[in-house]
Amino acid sequence: MNEKRMLEEEKHFETIIAEESVCTNDNLVYEKPETLTDTPMHYCPGCGHGVAHRLIAEVIDELGIQDKTIGVAPVGCSVFAYNYLNIDMTEAAHGRASAVATGIKRVLPDKYVFSYQGDGDLAAIGTGETIHTCNRGENILIIFINNGIYGMTGGQMAPTTLIGMKSTTTPFGREVEVMGNPLKITELIAQLPGVYYCTRVAVNTPNNVRKAKKAILNGFKYQELKKGLSFVEIVSNCPSNWKMTPLESNKWLEENMLPFYPLGDLKVPKNPPKADKGELI
Amino acid sequence: MKELKLMKGNEALAEAAIRAGCDGYFGYPITPQSEVLEYLANEAKKRTGMVVLQAESEIAAINMIYGAAGTGKKVMTSSSSPGISLMQEGISYIACAELPCLLVNVVRGGPGLGTIQPSQGDYFQAVKGGGHGDYKLIVLAPSTVQEMVDHVKLGFELAFKWKNPVMILADGALGQMMEKVELFPQMERTNEIYPWATTGKTKDRERSIITSLHIQPDKMQEINLHLQRKYREIEKEEIRYEMIDCEDADLVLVAFGLVARICQKAAGLAKEKGIKVGIFRPISLFPYPYKELNKLADKVKGFLTVEMNAGQMVEDVRLAVNGKIPVEFTGKMGGIIPTPEEILHKIEEIYVGETA
Ligand SMILES: Cc1ncc(C[n+]2csc(CCOP(=O)(O)OP(=O)(O)O)c2C)c(N)n1
Ligand code: SF4
Ligand SMILES: [Mg+2]
Repeated sequence: MNEKRMLEEEKHFETIIAEESVCTNDNLVYEKPETLTDTPMHYCPGCGHGVAHRLIAEVIDELGIQDKTIGVAPVGCSVFAYNYLNIDMTEAAHGRASAVATGIKRVLPDKYVFSYQGDGDLAAIGTGETIHTCNRGENILIIFINNGIYGMTGGQMAPTTLIGMKSTTTPFGREVEVMGNPLKITELIAQLPGVYYCTRVAVNTPNNVRKAKKAILNGFKYQELKKGLSFVEIVSNCPSNWKMTPLESNKWLEENMLPFYPLGDLKVPKNPPKADKGELI
Repeated sequence: MKELKLMKGNEALAEAAIRAGCDGYFGYPITPQSEVLEYLANEAKKRTGMVVLQAESEIAAINMIYGAAGTGKKVMTSSSSPGISLMQEGISYIACAELPCLLVNVVRGGPGLGTIQPSQGDYFQAVKGGGHGDYKLIVLAPSTVQEMVDHVKLGFELAFKWKNPVMILADGALGQMMEKVELFPQMERTNEIYPWATTGKTKDRERSIITSLHIQPDKMQEINLHLQRKYREIEKEEIRYEMIDCEDADLVLVAFGLVARICQKAAGLAKEKGIKVGIFRPISLFPYPYKELNKLADKVKGFLTVEMNAGQMVEDVRLAVNGKIPVEFTGKMGGIIPTPEEILHKIEEIYVGETA
């Protein structure tokens, strides 16, 4: 499609949205967090990345740490996370986000530092960095988006792709004999003494979204204690490469991903400190 | 009062890093430069509070540098050939994002795992790019332990002046040998906050984004053109070289780093035999002193390039001379250092050939 036509279509849809919108200034109850920019997201409709971004922005707003937070974006669909989060950010090479975050945190120990990484990024090409960053107990938060697929490059197999799940590089479904089992890296990570908090959440239902937000909030707050790393896995979807509608994908996630990647805490601090801002679980 | 010490090259370099007010070092052990990390682990934290971290790999180390350099801190890493090869992806990112940092390659003989003995086999990698895409490092080639010290200070200055990674291209012998050095006084760690750095977005400025991703081709071309303009400026301002006895020489030896000193010995031996030999030593390998070599080519009969590799810098010497005079090459590979006698032998061969 040429650019002119694209612009025309965009305009057309904007008009429709404006005409059909039921939102008025009086009935608005939901606002954009300050930490979210006005840039329209490039994510496919129904993609969990957008929800996860919003949660991060809400948490940063609530903690009032926009001026003290530095994020690291990965290579993956969320490579442009820095376009949407209104904070200082560095875009890392594929798999290296946790090393980049380590570099930042070591020279700026009083800032809040987090990396945001996909399953290919964190659990395939970047496995070494992931394990060692966690093992050193860097005082950072790692947010791990597990959608069981390489979204950005068009649906190839990820280390987390389920057995039998189809991808462009496992067209007949993932076979254990050929590609081994899906990697539960979060269970591995939870074993490491350097990890202070480790949990698995999802963003497929409103209830799960609320829990995911709490987990992210904890991950940020715990940095103040300097007791080690917080690791939050978010089981997410990829409607485009799973070849499903957003609704179908969320249902499929519930029925297939969650039995293999069960939600809940894998490691929680024994005596979590009282929070002065935000609620800790 | 001058502070003189007898120091090993690698340790002198590490000492210079502390004194230059370096904020952080991230590295991975590899011979022949592990003393840098060892020395810093022992000295740095207690003296200046500098961060010293042994990474799990050179890949991790260079990406820690990328993150830390993005905060505007003075950071560095060091390694030797195989480790520097592993860092290339990260170096390309750093060059594109225009981050200041200091990289040190204490070169050993390759290719492959090669040998732990000295070499200059990474000239192409350091000077011509190394990683993917069109980018340049500023490359400094010390030839003494003193210069290992001086180039750390200079390297940080140039890195921040140009917002560009600077590489010190040394070799295993320089790293391991002991010489007398004069140390510069301890400099303060600055804590300067740069507007481009990721230090936390305050209300008074736009957010800082460190990235090398520009998906639109015209934007990426713009970034490339900007980098190229910067490299042209660096070429104008940062050429460094040394000339010894070139005024009335018949033949000039062109060599960088340690080899230039061996060439000086060889030139002395040649003089005893009545052959007038000068030395041209490029100190900055990028930017390269093409013009200066070209001018010199008008005054002498020939150049002999001597290197510890199969002939890498000689290509730049030939580019500089552009066919005006013959440019010969002699070199040793695999970790062998050429002797003054071997160089003299080559000089005599050329001299007899030229005058016959
Ligand atoms: C060194 C390197 N190898 C490969 C790629 C290509 N690549 C880009 S994103 C990606 C996979 C991303 O998948 P994931 O991390 O799961 O993120 P998602 O897009 O699913 O969110 C790959 C292989 C790259 N950019 N760099
Ligand atoms: S490809 Fe998948 S992960 Fe990427 S934006 Fe689209 S739905 Fe999300
Ligand atoms: Mg993925």
